[in-house]
Amino acid sequence: MFFQKIITILSENWQMFLRGAAMTLYISVIGTIFGFIIGLVVGVIRTIPIPERGWRKPLLKVINWLLSAYVEFFRGTPMMVQAMVIYYGSAEALGIDMDRYAAAIFIVSINTGAYMAEIVRGGIISIDKGQFEAAHAIGMNHFQTMVYVVMPQVIRNILPATGNEFVINIKDTSVLNVISVSELFFTTKSIAGSTFIFYPPFFIACLIYFIMTFTVTRILRLIEKKLDGPENFILAGNQMQVARPEDMIRKNS
Amino acid sequence: METIIEIQHLSKTFGTNEVLRDIDFSVKKGEVVCIIGSSGSGKSTLLRCINLLEKPSGGRIIYRGEDILDEKHDIHAYRTKLGMVFQQFNLFNNYNVLGNCIVGQMKVLKRSREEATKVAMKYLKVVGMDQYINAKPRQLSGGQKQRVAIARALSMEPDVMLFDEPTSALDPEMVGEVLKVMKELAELGLTMLIVTHEMGFARDVADRVVFMDQGVIVEEGPPEQVLLNPVQERTREFLSRTLNQL
Ligand SMILES: Nc1ncnc2c1ncn2[C@@H]1O[C@H](COP(=O)(O)OP(=O)(O)O)[C@@H](O)[C@H]1O
Ligand SMILES: [Mg+2]
Repeated sequence: MFFQKIITILSENWQMFLRGAAMTLYISVIGTIFGFIIGLVVGVIRTIPIPERGWRKPLLKVINWLLSAYVEFFRGTPMMVQAMVIYYGSAEALGIDMDRYAAAIFIVSINTGAYMAEIVRGGIISIDKGQFEAAHAIGMNHFQTMVYVVMPQVIRNILPATGNEFVINIKDTSVLNVISVSELFFTTKSIAGSTFIFYPPFFIACLIYFIMTFTVTRILRLIEKKLDGPENFILAGNQMQVARPEDMIRKNS
Repeated sequence: METIIEIQHLSKTFGTNEVLRDIDFSVKKGEVVCIIGSSGSGKSTLLRCINLLEKPSGGRIIYRGEDILDEKHDIHAYRTKLGMVFQQFNLFNNYNVLGNCIVGQMKVLKRSREEATKVAMKYLKVVGMDQYINAKPRQLSGGQKQRVAIARALSMEPDVMLFDEPTSALDPEMVGEVLKVMKELAELGLTMLIVTHEMGFARDVADRVVFMDQGVIVEEGPPEQVLLNPVQERTREFLSRTLNQL
């Protein structure tokens, strides 16, 4: 009975579910990527050592203050309310007719950026001081030290936290239904509204959300493994003795 | 012989703590200088001031006739002339052994990858780590890490090598392999400034031994003099304390 209902609803509305899921995935992927980039930039700027004197000192202080205001504000208010303020605010107060999808991506991005900025900053602070010193000792400046030594390690270390943000985004894009973005929750609501059947469509949505978050988690785990490289290393000049048969075949073919 | 680094009236304070006081000191080309002294006497701070990891509070550091504390001086270019080896190795965790030895050459000295690799391999051979180019730092023993760190510093082809207690973080059985490498470098004629607690090594390898206590240089001279017939009472006390521990 229950399954029958589910199958009927799926067969009649699968395109809408799929479109909703695709929109959810689209907004959360783009939002996470932009948020990640924002977080990297903000986190890196916030950890620039403040010089003792010169014009850069006050400039950096002002920038740091603005960035920490950004982080605090977006972490301290619900995304649903931000969506209302930004989307309707831009229309009513500024007279800008924002595309609701652009608004959606914008909101998710700056939200993720605020969280990622703190994650990145924490990641930079937790890198051993010796890594910075060794880089400086071979003549790298702060920028080179960050790009070639520190950030690669930070990015590796914050990958799990980034995956976590991604999963949160997949789930939290559902609040964007308040500005009528047709993501999965919004489409499910429409299906329920047009059929007057409620829990089976939402049950389906539930499953789709889970499949998305679960898959994403697994993929990220794989990427982490890949980045860590092999457990063992091969002595140079010794490859032949430890090459696997598969490698030999590939080489000979 | 040509003086490479000359330090004049160097001082360093952390807050109200006077860690270095009026240090006068120089290193000549090809010289091996060992700095000894008890923990907290300011040996690391002196080394870190020389390559500007710490900003000196006063005094001058003259490198080949140029005052490097001058505002206009390019400290990054200066640092490439000094190779630093740390107690804690500080290999870059995101690179394998070869990567550690070429990243500075490529990004700072702007050498091509081929050239950097050639130079790195030469020095990895010197320290006996050329077979391990694919290994990540976490896959190496302490002694191996330190030898790679030495090769990384050498790959920049510096004028002077600075060692800050290079064997103090090592298990006893690995101390020998690192000291052996350093001895070979000394025989190759490298200019080296070494903070160490290895008195035997200092006696065998140093051209000059410097004894520091409470932020000042108490005594310096050839190893036979400072280690065997010290003039100063404080040096004698320190030596009898360290030798008793053996
Ligand atoms: N970054 C720092 N801030 C404050 N005090 C420091 C710092 N680095 C070193 N000191 C102090 O300077 C003194 C000398 O330290 P150090 O040069 O490391 O001695 P050594 O290497 O001879 O053991 C110690 O009293 C230490 O506590
Ligand atoms: Mg020390």
